[in-house]
Amino acid sequence: MIRPAAADAETDDEIRHFLDESAADLQSRGMSAEQARRAARAAWGDAIVIREQVRGSGWEHVAANGLDDVRHGIRRLRRAPGFALVAIATLALGIGASTAIFSAVNPVLIASLPYPDPGRVVAVLENGQSNGGTFAMYLGLAARTRVFDSVAVTRRWLPAMTGADAPERLEGQRVSAAYFDVLGVAPAIGRGFSADEDRAGGAAVTVLSDGLWRRRFAADPSIPGRTIRLNDIPYTVVGVMPAGFENVLAPSAEIWTTLQYDTSLPANGREWGHHLTTVARLARGLTYEAASTEAEAAGRAMLRERRPDTYDPETRFSVEPLRASLVRGVRPVLLVIAAAVLLVLTIACVNVTSLLLARGAERRGEFALRAALGAGRGRLVRQMLAESLLLAAIGGGAGLAFAEAAVRGLVAIAPAGLPRAGAIHVDGMAVAFALGVTTLVGLAFGLLPALDAGRTDPQRDIQDASHRSTGGRGRMRGALVVAEVGLALVLLVAAGLLFRSVTGLLAVPAGFDAANLLTLQVQLAGRRFDAADAGTAFFNRALDAVRRVPGVAAAGATSQLPLSGDRDEYGARFPEDQGRPADVFGVFRYAVSPGYLEAAAIPIRRGRTIDDRDRADAPLVAVISASLARARFGSGDPLGHGLRIGPAGPYTIVGVAGDVRQVSLASSDAFAVYISAEQSWFPDRAMSFVVRTRGNPASVAGAVRAAVWSVDKDQPIARVSPMEDLVTASAAERRFALIVFEGFAIASLLLAAIGIYGILAGGVAERTREIGVRAALGATRAQIVGLVARQGGILTTAGVVIGLPAASVASRSLTTLLFGVTPLDPLTYGAVVAVLGGVALLACAIPAWRAARVDPAITLRAE
Amino acid sequence: MREHIVRSMADDSVIQGTLDMLILKTVSLEPMHGFGIARRVEQVSRGVFKVNPGSLLTALQRLERAGWLDAEWRQTENSRRARYYALTRAGRKQLDLETADWTRRAAAIARLLNAGS
Repeated sequence: MIRPAAADAETDDEIRHFLDESAADLQSRGMSAEQARRAARAAWGDAIVIREQVRGSGWEHVAANGLDDVRHGIRRLRRAPGFALVAIATLALGIGASTAIFSAVNPVLIASLPYPDPGRVVAVLENGQSNGGTFAMYLGLAARTRVFDSVAVTRRWLPAMTGADAPERLEGQRVSAAYFDVLGVAPAIGRGFSADEDRAGGAAVTVLSDGLWRRRFAADPSIPGRTIRLNDIPYTVVGVMPAGFENVLAPSAEIWTTLQYDTSLPANGREWGHHLTTVARLARGLTYEAASTEAEAAGRAMLRERRPDTYDPETRFSVEPLRASLVRGVRPVLLVIAAAVLLVLTIACVNVTSLLLARGAERRGEFALRAALGAGRGRLVRQMLAESLLLAAIGGGAGLAFAEAAVRGLVAIAPAGLPRAGAIHVDGMAVAFALGVTTLVGLAFGLLPALDAGRTDPQRDIQDASHRSTGGRGRMRGALVVAEVGLALVLLVAAGLLFRSVTGLLAVPAGFDAANLLTLQVQLAGRRFDAADAGTAFFNRALDAVRRVPGVAAAGATSQLPLSGDRDEYGARFPEDQGRPADVFGVFRYAVSPGYLEAAAIPIRRGRTIDDRDRADAPLVAVISASLARARFGSGDPLGHGLRIGPAGPYTIVGVAGDVRQVSLASSDAFAVYISAEQSWFPDRAMSFVVRTRGNPASVAGAVRAAVWSVDKDQPIARVSPMEDLVTASAAERRFALIVFEGFAIASLLLAAIGIYGILAGGVAERTREIGVRAALGATRAQIVGLVARQGGILTTAGVVIGLPAASVASRSLTTLLFGVTPLDPLTYGAVVAVLGGVALLACAIPAWRAARVDPAITLRAE
Repeated sequence: MREHIVRSMADDSVIQGTLDMLILKTVSLEPMHGFGIARRVEQVSRGVFKVNPGSLLTALQRLERAGWLDAEWRQTENSRRARYYALTRAGRKQLDLETADWTRRAAAIARLLNAGS
């Protein structure tokens, strides 16, 4: 091993000596020198052959041969740059895409939450779906259950930090004191919250994130104890969270404070709204089922005792792991995408296998020669495998680079709600995955051609060099291409269905006019708005100022903006009357300013809208949505009837408004009650302004903000965005899937086209002689072209025939994403088949053209 | 009938074991070079075993690695340079082992063959 050349020389010497002695021996028996030498060689074989045999054994030869094979492989690849480029690019695409998707899927679907004992962190759900609990339920859980070590509720908090610099609106959370205990992460500096600080009227304390601490406070280690002003109120900083803390419930939260809800308030206050996310840490050794049972019992007891109006009496309570709850919405999408990526990877492997088989066919002569010279079959297989692994390694390396870029792209286009998006990056696990995939892929597509190459019949192959028949090998390649076409069809169908879903979704009427509509959220910050009417007075003055801005046609304000992620629901109770029993409906509550419904262009179907007469001291009125009117009153007239919502009422129905999509375009949940903001039983501290502009809404944004600040310069303004952007963003999840699938579909189409082209081109090259003969015998150009086209047509048709049933099965898995199309939509399937046919036709074109140009005189002479 | 002891895939280990034993035995009498071993085996077996150089040299390499043979370059009678192999002490022990094993197996086969008749 250390001096291979010397060892080889010794072996050669021994062999030569053996042959010489053998010749001498024969000579001594009477042959001439020349005869003896020839006889010796005939008896034992040529020196080269013997040397191959000896060198085939021995471990250092295997290793040296391995290195040799790699060097040899590199040389061969350099001599065929076209093939190498296509193969490497194909592999890079497949391996890179699968690594990227793995990186994206890993933190969401596979890895566990970044907390100690993550399996014990659970979410408490209502009706098995939504984690939108109430404060009363939280109290019930904390008091009545023994299965939890700690329970906590959280809600969003958007404080304005005022002080020396401009008011900055921070993302934060209001949490109950045990929140950090539930997650199991303690502050790195200082401490968390105590139960005392979580009571109404308790001390105003706050915990900062590491990022905020570094950004605004220069990482001051003596920050615990310092006072900062949030919403004009002094808060004491008591702690800073560690740098690696990942808050999965609110990834961009930078600041926390206590909830400080008043436990003594009656059963119908704000605290009874379903706006709290409930999480808990399960006690050791307990199952989710046991916890669910206790949670259900606690919930039923609470409902029985307090009879809150915001609950459907049939509500069921359960407990599930937080991770499952977080990824539920996105899980089907990601699984489907992962399946798609595997498909593309398979197609890429199949393509490269086909290419390698073609090259193997070309090199059959070479392998036969080497086999005749004594190279064992194992040696040939090993060499082919080495080449394949080399290709896979280069492709894998390029793929990793591609994966890095792709992951960045994925994170950029990811929908806002993608859980744990911050944890998506190409890390050690992804690299290991890529390595594993690369090796598997290299072995997978290398084995077939390698075994193929090893299975040679030397005599036939050497003589047969010019008569390469398509025979069995050609059939295998044909089968591979047919599989490719089928796979491409499946992906194209998926992309097509998603495309129609997204366009269908975006065409759904949202119930209001989103064009030229600017939205922004204005928040109340500061003690001066503690009086109930101070807030609405400010909002009204601000609206007036906004209406005076040039370019503004109308403006209004609402407590809840459609398609913005807001979700504020209450129970609306209708008394028994005229034969209809009393009933409760879950409705969206909109506390609006006069002019909102007009500004948003929500049509009034009956009666009137909320307007200036509906002041705080005027009779309580409400406008209900058309679907609610239909559900409660059927075709009867709802005007004049009463309803209660929250603790307040009765409100008299004075109008019916058109339905509006609040949660998403796909969700037709539209029971709504509009009341005047001044007549609400509690004041909203943030209102979304909708501003109808005459031109482009974005161009007026600055002036509108200035108008609001002209009334009070300390009020943070957030979420400034044209309504159309919000509408588009509401379809973000499907669009994300669509973009990914479009990418895959195009890639697979390209690969399938290359596959078809490759097999046809190879066929033409192999059958040049046959084509020449045909042409000489009088076949027309059209007939020759037809020959090639027919082969291409057969391949494509076979692929389509396999692909159609596969696509119909696979597209069923997309059902949750589809909107307005069935998985078996004939229009989509028809279009996909047409596209495939067209692409296949193009792929046939060049080989067919080349075949037609074959000059029989040249080809026949060359034989 | 001549049998070429070629490296056969199927019964590699049996043939390999037999060849090893024959080489060790041949060399145990006196140190020899490769061709000499082949010639001696052919002569003594009266042509039944004819060793080809590929298998022979491979086996010699293996036996040398196992420490049962020592090798060195020497001049032959006809002034050629050849590699001479000699049996080591460990090699002699191995030869005794293999001979005993082979004898036992041959006796068993003979008994089986004689059982019916």
